[in-house]
Amino acid sequence: MKILIKEGHIIDPSEKLNKVGNILIEDGKVKSYPSDTKKLEKGPTIEVIDAQGMVVAPGFIDMHVHLREPGFEHKETIRTGCEAAAAGGFTSVVCMPNTNPVNDNASVTEYILLKARTEGIVNVFPIGAITKGEKGEILAEIGEMWEAGCVGISDDGCPVMNSRVMRHAMEYVKAFGIPVISHAEDIDLSGHGVMNEGFTSTVLGLRGIPNASEEVMVARDITLVELTAAHLHIAHVSTAGAVRLIRDAKKRGVRVTGEATPHHFTLTDRAILNYDTNAKVNPPIRSQKDVDAIREGLKDGTIDVIATDHAPHSEDEKKVEFDLAPFGISGLETALPLSLNLVKEGILTLPELIRKLTFNPAQIVRINRGTLRVGATADVVIFNPDKSITVDRNKFRSKGKNTPFHGWQLSGCVRYTIVGGKVVFSS
Amino acid sequence: MSKIIMDSQTVDRAISRISNQILERNKGAAEIVVIGIRTRGIHIAERIVDRIEKLEGIRPPLGTLDITLYRDDFRRKSEWPSVQKTHIPFSVEDKNVILVDDVIYTGRTTRAAIEAIMDYGRPASIQLVALVDRGHRELPIQADYLGIKVMTQKTEEVKVLLKETDGRDEVVVVEG
Amino acid sequence: MVFQRKHILGLEDLTAEEISLILDTAESMKEVSLRDVKKVPALKGVTVVNLFFEPSTRTRSSFEIAEKRLSADVLNFTPTQSSVVKGETLLDTARNLEAMGATVIVIRHSMSGAPWLLARELDSSIINAGDGSHEHPSQALLDLFTVREVKREIQGLKVVIVGDILHSRVARSNIWGFIKLGAEVRLVGPPTMMPQDVEKMDVKVYYNLEETLKGADVVIMLRIQMERQGSGLFPSLREYSRFYGLTRERLKLAKEDVMLMHPGPINRGVELSSEVADDVHSVILDQVSNGISVRMAMLYLVASGGGNA
Repeated sequence: MKILIKEGHIIDPSEKLNKVGNILIEDGKVKSYPSDTKKLEKGPTIEVIDAQGMVVAPGFIDMHVHLREPGFEHKETIRTGCEAAAAGGFTSVVCMPNTNPVNDNASVTEYILLKARTEGIVNVFPIGAITKGEKGEILAEIGEMWEAGCVGISDDGCPVMNSRVMRHAMEYVKAFGIPVISHAEDIDLSGHGVMNEGFTSTVLGLRGIPNASEEVMVARDITLVELTAAHLHIAHVSTAGAVRLIRDAKKRGVRVTGEATPHHFTLTDRAILNYDTNAKVNPPIRSQKDVDAIREGLKDGTIDVIATDHAPHSEDEKKVEFDLAPFGISGLETALPLSLNLVKEGILTLPELIRKLTFNPAQIVRINRGTLRVGATADVVIFNPDKSITVDRNKFRSKGKNTPFHGWQLSGCVRYTIVGGKVVFSS
Repeated sequence: MSKIIMDSQTVDRAISRISNQILERNKGAAEIVVIGIRTRGIHIAERIVDRIEKLEGIRPPLGTLDITLYRDDFRRKSEWPSVQKTHIPFSVEDKNVILVDDVIYTGRTTRAAIEAIMDYGRPASIQLVALVDRGHRELPIQADYLGIKVMTQKTEEVKVLLKETDGRDEVVVVEG
Repeated sequence: MVFQRKHILGLEDLTAEEISLILDTAESMKEVSLRDVKKVPALKGVTVVNLFFEPSTRTRSSFEIAEKRLSADVLNFTPTQSSVVKGETLLDTARNLEAMGATVIVIRHSMSGAPWLLARELDSSIINAGDGSHEHPSQALLDLFTVREVKREIQGLKVVIVGDILHSRVARSNIWGFIKLGAEVRLVGPPTMMPQDVEKMDVKVYYNLEETLKGADVVIMLRIQMERQGSGLFPSLREYSRFYGLTRERLKLAKEDVMLMHPGPINRGVELSSEVADDVHSVILDQVSNGISVRMAMLYLVASGGGNA
């Protein structure tokens, strides 16, 4: 099986490629960049994709998703989550361990990977829990999970409040060379907060989560990683202070990386003014000042990665009182057009954006993806960056229709998603 | 097209005649109270009270009634007039209530007004004054004292202009 | 002016004109309440459900009397008795009531924004009878009504709100109402009970009660909820009362004809000294009777409003 992608605008930051050209895929690998395609096209078993006017890039990698399986199959399954990923241009997803049971041992990891192999149309890389049951007390069997295929550890959703436990996790994981991903939140400071603390929460009478709740933990984890010399990755950065802390730490040479989500660099907490539970997310959508700082962080490289924190929930769970609704936004299928806004607004160049969606996350979780160099696994996305679209949550592949972007006019449309040389999505 | 059916002089004469009829029928002004229906009925009621005072030397109590809360067309109109104040600073118990409106048409306003007055007590009688009867009754209600009766089309509009609100006294039938 | 709204969810989204229209209509309704027969047929055939998820005998009774004076059919639904215990969602509960013919739902809920959910998902008119720490429009409207009756004008008044602003829906609704009608609003309370960025609501924030009371025309005392003890927001009721309790001495700092208001019920000796509580009692009773007129106006206006055509 061969695929010839013709005359696309190839952008591959890992190879510093940024030119119009052709790519030949054969046996699931990137075979060559042929300049003359006439002879090839006549071959009997070749699929030709005309990519004129389109961008051809390494398939996107979302290093922060919740696939919900096992345990919460009414919200999402590995099958539907992977379909949503493919529709969003993602060829690899890195899934968080807060399933039921928690992915805190190798057998859960193996279950997820087995499901992914049989039902998933994109690559799935699990993250193991830091502590047993994400309870923040006893280290999980990190080594065995690493052996089984986990590419990092995190207690995402339940921060490790005990600094000594976090210190030992950072030290222990050095044996396996995988990163510690921190959901940075001081849960005492957050209290029972349900949104950003500020004027909007005051007006709405909803309990606020202050910026400090994130920043004290980012500061702690940076301090701990300076002590332990591990690799710290800060998930879903939401505040200006957190951006500043990461920037300063990087300047000192600390091994810290950071990610931001499209909703955090797009929306302010005013999105909640009508109590829209689809905009209820943790960390919360914050102020304009924070949005501006995250964008600045993306621009100057403080924030390495764009990840969605794809957190699907069922409609019933979200159609309740704001206090009772679960946190989370279904993000996989709106990530590309929202990210392309950064290019439109001059914050990132297209290659810089693609780097944050491909090569950078691949480097952080140390997976052999996010590149189109000859011989690499052929994970490719082909998209039209200019085609305008209207977000329609009812058309999401994901079971989670929980998006605050329903009805938004955006541009950027995925045309083909290719995983291991096989077209898994086309539009 | 519009047609003037009453001018200042005929309005004046009608009110004068009505006042006399009221006194005649009720044997003086001692047992009567006058209630005008908002908004133009109030002004006509005022004039009747003034006239009675001149004629008899007694000024009957005067009240104003807003019937908005008694209307029977709830949810049929897209817009309801806002509720205005009702002011009846006297007892209607065992009195002859002279209810005053500018125009009698379907009879529904009168019905609502009667119901409202009953909520204030049990009058000896309720008698209706209307400056204009334009026909098309939907309820078995008639004026006891009438200025003028005029045949109209349902599409037409009867406009009562009064000095107090409009600068001049005039009743006009306007084609719809 | 015609009231165009289908719901009354809060004072934040009402204009000054709409607020004034409600108050004017309430004046007409007050006249009904002064008659021997305190009933008009305006809402005959309209089913109003009082859906109270929080126990509140005062507000519920006031709404119920208002509904009955307008001749509405009234159903009181207190979900602790039934469905919520069985795990039914708010939306399902409300949908059931709508299926029974409810056209107006008056909702009291412990969580901010619950009335918004119903307004978004149902066909009925929704009246917010208090949601979480968010708004309590009928309370603020009756406060405005009572103040307007005495002071004639709201414009230019100095209004002081004292206490736990952070958790108070009465405070939020009153802030919007008084500000929109042109009063100057000052808030005072412990800094831990002052919500973030509240000064952006165009109010002045104080921490010292004496200073705040100077020249005040109206003082609204918020109820301190006993369960806030031990929340870490203030050390003890004793200390709270010492710094933020209203005494006769302190009240002398306000204007001579100051109006003192309290949404009730009063914690004697905590937010009000016992003697001040006695002084204030008459206004509180006025507030209670005005509450019925204001709620009649709210019910009438949403039921007859353009939004229902």
